[in-house]
Order: sequence, then structure tokens, then C-alpha cells
Amino acid sequence: MSMKKYVLVLGAALLMAGCGSSVKLDDVPVEDRSGASVGADSNAAGKNGVTSVDLDKSKSGVAPAGPRVVYFDYDSFVIKPEFQSVVEAHARHIKADKGRKVAIEGHTDERGGREYNLALGQKRAEAVRRAMVLLGAADSQVEAVSFGKEKPAAQGSDEAAWSKNRRAEISYR
Amino acid sequence: MLKRSLLCLLAGLASLPAWAQFRVEVSGIGLTQLPIAIAPFRGDDVAPQKMGAIVQADLERSGQFRLIDASGSGLDENARPDMSPWRQKGADSLAAGSVTRLADGRYDVRFRLWDVVRGQDLGGQSYAVTVGDLRLAAHRIADFIYEKLTGDKGAFSTRIAYVTKAAQRYSLWVADADGENAQAALTSPEPIISPAWSPNGTQLAYVSFESRKPVVYVHDIASGRRRLVANFRGSNSAPAWSPDGRTLAVTLSRDGVSQIYGLDAAVGGEPRRLSQSSSIDTEPVYSPDGKNIYFVSDRGGNPQIYRMPASGGAAERVTFTGTYNISPSISQDGRWLAYISRVSGAFKLHVMDLASGNTNPITETSADESPSFAPNSRLIVYATKQQDREALMTTTLDGKLKARLAGQGGDIREPDWGPFQKQN
Repeated sequence: MSMKKYVLVLGAALLMAGCGSSVKLDDVPVEDRSGASVGADSNAAGKNGVTSVDLDKSKSGVAPAGPRVVYFDYDSFVIKPEFQSVVEAHARHIKADKGRKVAIEGHTDERGGREYNLALGQKRAEAVRRAMVLLGAADSQVEAVSFGKEKPAAQGSDEAAWSKNRRAEISYR
Repeated sequence: MLKRSLLCLLAGLASLPAWAQFRVEVSGIGLTQLPIAIAPFRGDDVAPQKMGAIVQADLERSGQFRLIDASGSGLDENARPDMSPWRQKGADSLAAGSVTRLADGRYDVRFRLWDVVRGQDLGGQSYAVTVGDLRLAAHRIADFIYEKLTGDKGAFSTRIAYVTKAAQRYSLWVADADGENAQAALTSPEPIISPAWSPNGTQLAYVSFESRKPVVYVHDIASGRRRLVANFRGSNSAPAWSPDGRTLAVTLSRDGVSQIYGLDAAVGGEPRRLSQSSSIDTEPVYSPDGKNIYFVSDRGGNPQIYRMPASGGAAERVTFTGTYNISPSISQDGRWLAYISRVSGAFKLHVMDLASGNTNPITETSADESPSFAPNSRLIVYATKQQDREALMTTTLDGKLKARLAGQGGDIREPDWGPFQKQN
């Protein structure tokens, strides 16, 4: 979020600079709502610098410390008791901050078809989403989505890799 | 059981790099093939594409032809060949032609086909094409020969779409039906799956994860213009076009569980729910007459293929053998269902005769995915793994002849065979 405002401020400044009028950027007080003034970044290259935005590297919002992955058994969508605390911690966190949104990203192991695995991953994500809503998170705060088998956490074609890939990740957006 | 493997390379053509990928595997007895001799085209030695070799490869990959060596015959379309030596070689048909560079830089491609047994001229064609369309001209020649000799329409001048993954970049490609001449329609840092050709062959619908969730785009191939058609809460996937091109069936999880919905393909708009279950319903595909949708559901406890009216309603089960049957594809003639079935932990391409329900596994591989029929219903393209590498294969419906398609480096998957192209 703060990144977005930062870009907007910078964008407005560049727009004005391009007007060709007598407005000097230095004379224009730019209200800084981002908490970090333009050029304060350690990578900034002076007043004419351009901050490049790489969507590949956009970060998710600040998540509470601690684990944010729930692992599942083969062909299962049941949240095991050892992961109950993970779900509870995140439900508590977003319940306390109604402005926060999270995506629950479901994943499967590599076996089977891509579309059917997408639907299986969705079931895992939906199980976690429902649990969080039952724990008091607002329905609108939690979206369940799936990556199927497209984004494995571990490479390999054995149970060691598969068990790390059958998962739902809680992702702050 | 006869099993042989041969490189589709004739002596003298080994210098063509693209051909090194192309492999044909013939297995099984009782494969009836028409013996044909395709002479190298006059001018092939200086043209940018070897026309005779492209035609040969197309015909061989179809499984319907056995190629008789015709190298060094020195024939072209104007020849009046003496048929007796060709009869002695066992050829029933003979084709020869030429490729000539024109003053304006285009190429003039001509050929003629003869019935060797009857000593009859079966006709020929000529094309004036740009260098970029030389391969297309060769595929059209193969279509002509195929149609003349088998009575079925050839599908060599069609296109396939597929996805590659290399160095964490995903690309959606549009290529000739032999896998050559690939052009990237889309490149993304996030996965792309499930490309589906529009019935008129101008657009692809697909699932992109570029917004960190699966959403469905429709992409105009010629202009590169993209439309986001399904971006509802949850996951959006598995696009399938109705045969009239008006409706896109998609899988949405907006109501909590993955179900099949219909969307107006032109404007998107409010989706209409077509399947009604509390289980997973996904992978819709229309029957060629547009009346039914085949899809995958685990409503019976494990994934099986079902059929329901295209407007929704009661579903009937189609697959009964095995506990994991997914990824249905229906041939354009409505006779065949290709799908993936798990057998002892291996995922294998199967073909069902829809009239009788008879089903056959047709591969020796164990990680088959995403079958798609050629528009003439005579070949299937599918993804699989060979020596731990992803590969695209074509196979005849009986599984007796398979060919590995040429393609980009890296992982290659998600093939979809496009419709017949309009000839102009």
C-alpha cells in the first residue's frame, strides 16, 4: 500500500515537471503521506531519479511472525490438529485489523491433471478460509484461491517433496 | 509384437537442425499403410524449406502412409514418370514438385500426384507464397495428398497451441501442427494453463496466474489484444468454447466449490451456473453438436467423466473403469472420447468409442496429460514425459503410430489442437 502512494507522489511530480511551465519542483510542497519522503530511499539517484517498479518483486503485506503454511495429507482437505494454531493466529490477526486482506493459496503435489489439481488445491484453500471465518475473520477479508500443482514448494517426485507441496499458504495482500 | 523406432530422416537431409527432434515410433502389427513415394522437390536444395521432406513427415506422422525412398529421382510436377520402377519399389502413389524463387522474393510452389498402379494423374496445385508461408504451402500439399488418397480431410495445415516453461518464464506458443514455426503469443513470469482455441481459430482462451490467482483471458492471436473474461472471487479456470463460439464454459469457485458456469464469450458478464453439485465439477468440454457438456466430477467419490445438457441439468456418468478419469476431449466427428486414466499409479491416455463404450489405453508412458483431437478426428496430441523430460506427442487413435513434436527447449505441455483454417 505504501509503495503505491509513493509511486503516485512521484508520478505527480514527474507529470508536473513535464508541463513546461515555470513551476519549479523545489517550490512545490509535496505532501508526503507515505511516511518516506521522495528521495529518502537509499537507492535513490538524486532528484531526477526514477524509481522502477518491478511487479515481479512486489511484496505481500506485513504478516504476523510465525508459520503461515498448513500441510495436508494425501487426498485430504482436513486441517490437522497441529496446524490449528497457525489458522487461529492468522484469524486473530485479521480479526483485529478489519482493513487487512489475505489470500489462502491452495496447492497440490505433482500427480494428476493440472485442472483437477487446481480444483483440489481450491478445496484445501477453502477449508482454511472457512476455518478462519468461523474464528471471526470477516468473509470479505479472506479469499481462497488455488495454484494447483503449478507452484511446488519442493522439487522432486517422492513423498518427501509431495508432502511439502500439499499445502495452503496464508498470503497477506 | 513388432516394435521399431525410426528417425524420420532420410539420407541427405541430416543437415536440417529442426528435424533432429522429430521421431516417429511405430508399434503393433496390422497397421495398414498406403505406400507412397514423395520425390524431393526441384529447388529444395536451395530453398529455405525442404518442401518434399515436410510433406513426407506430415504423411508419415498421420500413420496412414508408408514412405518409399524417392531420393535422387530428379522428378518435378512436369515430369511424365515411368511408373514401372515405382511399382517395383512397391509404391501405390507418387508425388513430385518444385519450389522456385520469384522475382518479387516470393516462392512459387507446384506439385503433382500420380496413381502409380493405374498410371493416372491425380492432379496438382500451385501456390505463390512468402518465405514465411513455405511450410504452410507444404502442409497444404500434404492435406491435398491425404484427402485424395484416404478420402478424409487432412489437418496438416492447422495450428496447435501449447505452453512452455523455461527458466521460470512461461510462454504460450502458436505453432504449425508439426510443432514447427512456433511463435510466442504470451510470455509471463507466472504459470499459464489450459489454452483453448476459439472455433474460428482466431482467439485463445486460457488461464493465467499473473494476478496471483487463476483468471481466464481471451487473447486475439493476430493483434495480441487480451480480454479478461473471468476474474471472480476465488479461482477461475478450465475455459471451453461452445461450437458456435458464443459461450465460454468455465470453472469458478465463487460459490465455495468448483462448479461449471457459462459466460457470454464476447462480453463476459454475469456467469450462469450450469453444474449443480456439492463436489468438484471441472474440465468442461462441449460435444461437437453443442448439445452436451462432458466434464469431470468427483460426486461419486473419485473423479469420473460425466455428460450433461449444455444448458445444465441432470448428468450421466460416462466412465466406469478405474478410480481416476480426467481431462476429456471429444473428436469433431463425435465418435471418440480421449481422456486420462490412472492405472496402477500411472496416468495414461485412453480412447473410448462412445457408441460402444469400449475403451483402450494407447500409450506406454506414465505421465500423460491434456489430450486434444486433430480437427479431422484422426490424431490426438497430448503431453507426456519421456526420460523425465516433458514432451508433446501425436498418436493415431489406435496408438500404433506416435510422433514426438518438435518444440522449444525446456518443459512443454498443455497442447490444444486448433480448428481447420479457412483457405484463402
